[in-house]
Amino acid sequence: MEHIVIIGNGISGVTLARHLRKLSNKKITIISAETDYFFSRTALMYVYMGHMKFEHTQPYENWFWEKNRIGLKKAYVKHVDTEAKTLHFAEGDSLNYDKLVIATGSKPNKFGWPGQDAKGVMGMYHKQDLEHLEEHAPNNEVCKRAVIVGGGLIGIELAEMLNSRSIPVTFLVRENSFWNGVLPQGESEMINRHIKNHHIDLRLSTNLKAINTDENGKVKSVIIEETGEELACNVVGLTAGVTPNIDFLKDSGIELGRGVKVNRYLETNIPDVYAIGDCAEQHEAIGNRRPIEAVWYTGRMMGEVLAQTICGNKMTYNPGHWFNSAKFLDIEYQTYGWVFGERGRPEYEQHFHWKHEDDTKCITVAFHKESHKFLGINTFGIRMRHEVFDRWLTEQRDVDYVMHHLSEANFDPEFYSRFEKDILKSYTNQPQLAKS
Amino acid sequence: MSLAKPDALGINNKQKVAVAIGVIGLFIFALALFNVNFPNKALFLTLSLAAIIGGTVVFSREAYLTKLEGIKNDGVWFKSISSRGILGWILGVVLTTFYIVLYFFPTYLGLGTDGEENTGLISLFDPLSQLLSGRNASQWFVYGTLYTVAILAFGYKFILKYRHNRYQQLRTVSVMFFQLGFAFLIPEFMYVMNNDLPYYDLKSIWPLNYYIFDEWSVNGFLSNGTIGLALLLFGILSIFVFTPILTYKYGKRWYCSWVCGCGGLAETAGDSFRQLSSKKLYAWKIERWLIHVVLVFSVVMTTAVVYTYLGYDKNDFWLTRGVFISFVIGLLTLVFAGTMIFKRQELAKDAKYGAISFFITITLLLVMHFTGTTDHLFYIKAGALRAAYGIYIGSIFSGVIGTGFYPILGNRSWCRFGCPMAAILGFQQRLFSKFRITTNGGQCISCGNCSNSCEMGIDVRHYAQKGENIVRSSCVGCGICSAVCPRGVLKLENDGMKGRINSNEILLGNDVDLMELVNQK
Repeated sequence: MEHIVIIGNGISGVTLARHLRKLSNKKITIISAETDYFFSRTALMYVYMGHMKFEHTQPYENWFWEKNRIGLKKAYVKHVDTEAKTLHFAEGDSLNYDKLVIATGSKPNKFGWPGQDAKGVMGMYHKQDLEHLEEHAPNNEVCKRAVIVGGGLIGIELAEMLNSRSIPVTFLVRENSFWNGVLPQGESEMINRHIKNHHIDLRLSTNLKAINTDENGKVKSVIIEETGEELACNVVGLTAGVTPNIDFLKDSGIELGRGVKVNRYLETNIPDVYAIGDCAEQHEAIGNRRPIEAVWYTGRMMGEVLAQTICGNKMTYNPGHWFNSAKFLDIEYQTYGWVFGERGRPEYEQHFHWKHEDDTKCITVAFHKESHKFLGINTFGIRMRHEVFDRWLTEQRDVDYVMHHLSEANFDPEFYSRFEKDILKSYTNQPQLAKS
Repeated sequence: MSLAKPDALGINNKQKVAVAIGVIGLFIFALALFNVNFPNKALFLTLSLAAIIGGTVVFSREAYLTKLEGIKNDGVWFKSISSRGILGWILGVVLTTFYIVLYFFPTYLGLGTDGEENTGLISLFDPLSQLLSGRNASQWFVYGTLYTVAILAFGYKFILKYRHNRYQQLRTVSVMFFQLGFAFLIPEFMYVMNNDLPYYDLKSIWPLNYYIFDEWSVNGFLSNGTIGLALLLFGILSIFVFTPILTYKYGKRWYCSWVCGCGGLAETAGDSFRQLSSKKLYAWKIERWLIHVVLVFSVVMTTAVVYTYLGYDKNDFWLTRGVFISFVIGLLTLVFAGTMIFKRQELAKDAKYGAISFFITITLLLVMHFTGTTDHLFYIKAGALRAAYGIYIGSIFSGVIGTGFYPILGNRSWCRFGCPMAAILGFQQRLFSKFRITTNGGQCISCGNCSNSCEMGIDVRHYAQKGENIVRSSCVGCGICSAVCPRGVLKLENDGMKGRINSNEILLGNDVDLMELVNQK
């Protein structure tokens, strides 16, 4: 019986294992050094906030794995011997495989700041990060202030977490507006205001210079690059993006870039070794996607596709229309298709932006300047239907059509106020959008 | 993981004062319970009710209006009261004790028997009862008042908690209205107009009000001319006409979380305990057996009760025992056959359970018919069956466990494990209803907020992460899963029957070739 070994029990590895089991009778082993069982990484924040207990973040009950004959091993892979098809663990033992899948995800970026390894400095990615946070920031007496470095999705989640325990937060963002590498200006600025409304000390265009420690090696303050200001704090959250978690592969002969290099079949340069999820790096980016896609959904898709390939139905990774979602404190965000921020926006991409007067809802619709083809939508505070936008993107609808049919895509709960009329009025009143 | 109790979750000074005011209100009740004879009962009753409502209102305003609109679940699993901590257990014991005394020892509450005056807690409520219906209070009046106060005060709290969500606000206003009007005031006024009419809460429908077809009740209706007959007819129409139509259009939520009193209390006073319902597979297995046993019990019991006071002879009244039992068996067979013919596919494995329930019910009814004598059914006294149902299901299950165990089993354990009405509505919701919870393509991140907040113990995430609509008989349509979802995945909807149950192996947005390959099978 062929033995498939998967390193990493996140969404990619677990999805792969589940689909392998549906399609085959192969022996499956999942290895993780992080936790005994699969959990939803995106839900860790809710454990700290007290919305859920850790066990609630586990999508499958503990009996699920044995029932489905998916072996689980808690161990840290120290070295991969691709010649002998053997994994060597830090614990001293080893394991043979027939096919190996690397699904080890990411780790938080550290940019060589002085003091970045001090006690009280942490990312917010692994379960262990949550445990550290619980230790160093259980309440606002132990942690009088926390400083978060890096204005992305994890940064704002960490700010929300600390806020839930009334711990004062200073949020250092390198860019001049929150996440504006991705979000268009109007949206990014709305989120800036929303962050401040939550009494979070948002500092834009601000970089970290150094982290100072006390005599016990614990964080005591940070120095800000631009002003030299010293901010007293007990916790520093490093949330300036993530990097593939692949250090253990350095001498394995597997081709590495920033991540594990894979082709469209998710194969590495070594036969019978594959990589999926956050740690996989495409040789060439697919469409507008990045070569490394550190997103829940893409990890899941890669797992599903690779299961087919391993079970004899060789398929390329061919993702559908881009979509994503997040929540910025109280404002939900969804995106379908492509909408670019200032950076990297193609010259043909034009935007229509609408914002509600309450400053918690807005949409941005991207379309082709000449053909008026609908390219994508960002929606904040209004839920939209994935299925409808996926269909409109496939049908290559133009922006007029989308704006006139927007109500079909609404996914807000019943009895919610609707804004399509308002949006359409604002759209048709834009002189530069009027059809020639 | 060791979790220190975060200090930030403490309450502020205004809330401390609010708690103190509320406790003083409750303390007046406690004094009354121990027979302190208040000089001006009306004044003290007003004071205590005002203190309880006022305390809750002030507390809620401080809790929610000081923050931006949004989901307010911070610390529910840290707080002792809402995470089965010591406060939760104390509250559970207090409530359970209260229910036991209420149902079985009302004299301890001060109920005057044999025409004596009320004393203690019940006498404190005499002025209000006199005001509404001109008679002294009973233990049920006290209970009804407290129940209504709880729904109103905590309903207000709930509305503030979800002030960004109009679905939540509207259905809460609805349960507050139905409780205050239909369950509390109208029956009192009906008594004033015609004091021979049996107590009738118009929104309480068989089999929830299992007593409606009792002899005393039916006689009460029938001996009261047109209005009595109209009420009885309304009761029958509610079961056979209104309920199926509304459930077809909107799912069982129209009743369970918009109208029902049990649901109303669960959604308001019980809201803080919703996360405590078990989502484990074994809990679901227990649920399916238990709720159907109760349903069979209530059908057989009601039939038996009606059966006992019908005659054998056509000369008295056209509806004889033989006609009645044939009618019941015929109706059950019709429903069963219809389901098996038209919905066999959708039922899948559940068809077996349906068939078992059906044949047990029919067998019991036939045994009853052929072994029953004038006053003995199943070889026991006819009244004993009804009494057993009243005690075990009507009192112990729905009250003592259903509400008393809020802080332990979650706020809907009666609705989930015991309510026969929920079982009937659920059966229809599963098979003949336009209602479903739609999942939004591939947007689920398996975070578990939906499952965690499901008071009915449905593992919502199990469906959402597969992109599968949630069509479950137990869903009461409270809409909290949709509210707490951080990615906008869930939406309660009434739409066509076609494609309502959609199970796909692969989610939307995924690999295009793979979707085609797998989903076309």
